Amino acid sequence: MKKTKIIDAAGFQRTINRLAHEIVEKGKGAENLAVIGIRTRGDYLARRIAAKIEEIEKKPIPMGTLDITLYRDDLRGRLDQPQLQSTQILFDITGKTLVLIDDVLFTGRTIRAALNALMDIGRPAEIQLLVLVDRGHRELPIKADFVGKNVPTSMKQKIDVLMNEVDGEDAVFLVESEETEIKR
Amino acid sequence: MKLRGRHLLGLDGMSREDISLILDTAVSFKEVLERPIKKVPPLQGKTIVNLFFEASTRTRISFELAERRLSADVVTFSTAGSSVSKGETLKDTARNIEAMKIDMVVIRHSAPGAAHFLSRVVKANVINAGDGGHEHPTQALLDMLTLREKYATLEKLKVCIVGDIAHSRVARSNIYGLKTMGAEVSVCGPATLIPRDIERLGVRVFHRLEEVVKEVDVINVLRIQLERQESGLFPSLREYHRYFGVTKEKVAKAPKPITIMHPGPINRDVELSADLADSEHSVILQQVTNGVAVRMAALYLLGISN
Repeated sequence: MKKTKIIDAAGFQRTINRLAHEIVEKGKGAENLAVIGIRTRGDYLARRIAAKIEEIEKKPIPMGTLDITLYRDDLRGRLDQPQLQSTQILFDITGKTLVLIDDVLFTGRTIRAALNALMDIGRPAEIQLLVLVDRGHRELPIKADFVGKNVPTSMKQKIDVLMNEVDGEDAVFLVESEETEIKR
Repeated sequence: MKLRGRHLLGLDGMSREDISLILDTAVSFKEVLERPIKKVPPLQGKTIVNLFFEASTRTRISFELAERRLSADVVTFSTAGSSVSKGETLKDTARNIEAMKIDMVVIRHSAPGAAHFLSRVVKANVINAGDGGHEHPTQALLDMLTLREKYATLEKLKVCIVGDIAHSRVARSNIYGLKTMGAEVSVCGPATLIPRDIERLGVRVFHRLEEVVKEVDVINVLRIQLERQESGLFPSLREYHRYFGVTKEKVAKAPKPITIMHPGPINRDVELSADLADSEHSVILQQVTNGVAVRMAALYLLGISN
């Protein structure tokens, strides 16, 4: 299996800094802003982005964690059922500008699930999408507002995002899979 | 993460991993129950039939709420026992259910083994909501969830079940589940209501509540069924209350606060004194809340396995 590092630790930090600045630039500040991370790595990413925006704008940014398991369209019949975890959004999202954060944007199905999950919790004024890596191959009409890195991939390749909080290292790898076509 | 079986018939023989999976999943559903919109979509398009051949309010409502909050389509059939031979009715009912293309059945029946029987004759997933004096797995699971919330772990927790052990499915399911999770379980009640050889299940037997309160962390008080007195198993309710009724005075002698549980409905001032049922050491209403979450977890885990 061939692994190529496409973002290293320093690059990772720079990307997060830039994305935080882009959010503030687009929103002309951080008024009414909140970030929502999709479990598991989107969650850690969201924490870092929120911390950075707080640093730039000098005010607290509400942050929540979304578990989309119950909204997946492939929930039944999967052999590797994910363990259901809790959604933790301890503020009212109604009327807020939400930045939804995930590590990799691929088919778009996770984002579809996340949007439905958010709509069941409240009525945000606006939802923007931030991803660390956009690897293409969309199956739904979904597009990110903020992208860390566009990585054109083949269906045989895989993106591995590692984060300090869970993996002990910040890095993004492009992995050549030996399987003929990876499972979506 | 998947349950090992296709049905939830009892806790006898259920693995520690499966019990933990249900309890962990239930914790996530408790968050859903706190939301303004208490509904999530995972069982959309699934049809669930609740067959209640025995009177029940709490369990039936709890199951119905759990099913609807998972977006399932729900039909409930309830009847208190009829004159028709029960075995035959159940078999006929099972065949009819099968013909209606349903996905899951929740059954409460006065005959022990009714849920097992049903699971052999229908293709749907079966959940036992109480079968005679045999098992009531979701009750024991909600009891365990409540205790786990309070004590963080069930390992080495000392739990005494007080009352009519001989006729109680709640007692049996709790004994199986708690033992599997590493708790130390004991039972207490009049000798006529404690099955002979119950020690074989790995539980201690007490005949005096005064000894129980010296040792345990938790007392799970069972409902005393008034018809047991008519069959001569204890002389009078007043006498039962005097010796086995759990009261503030008796519990006050304990070296540490004892958590009080009751599966409901309570006969106030018979098996449990009213002041204790409403005290800060009672977790009876948490049990009810947790009942919906645990049932959502069981339904969800069985429902997505198909």
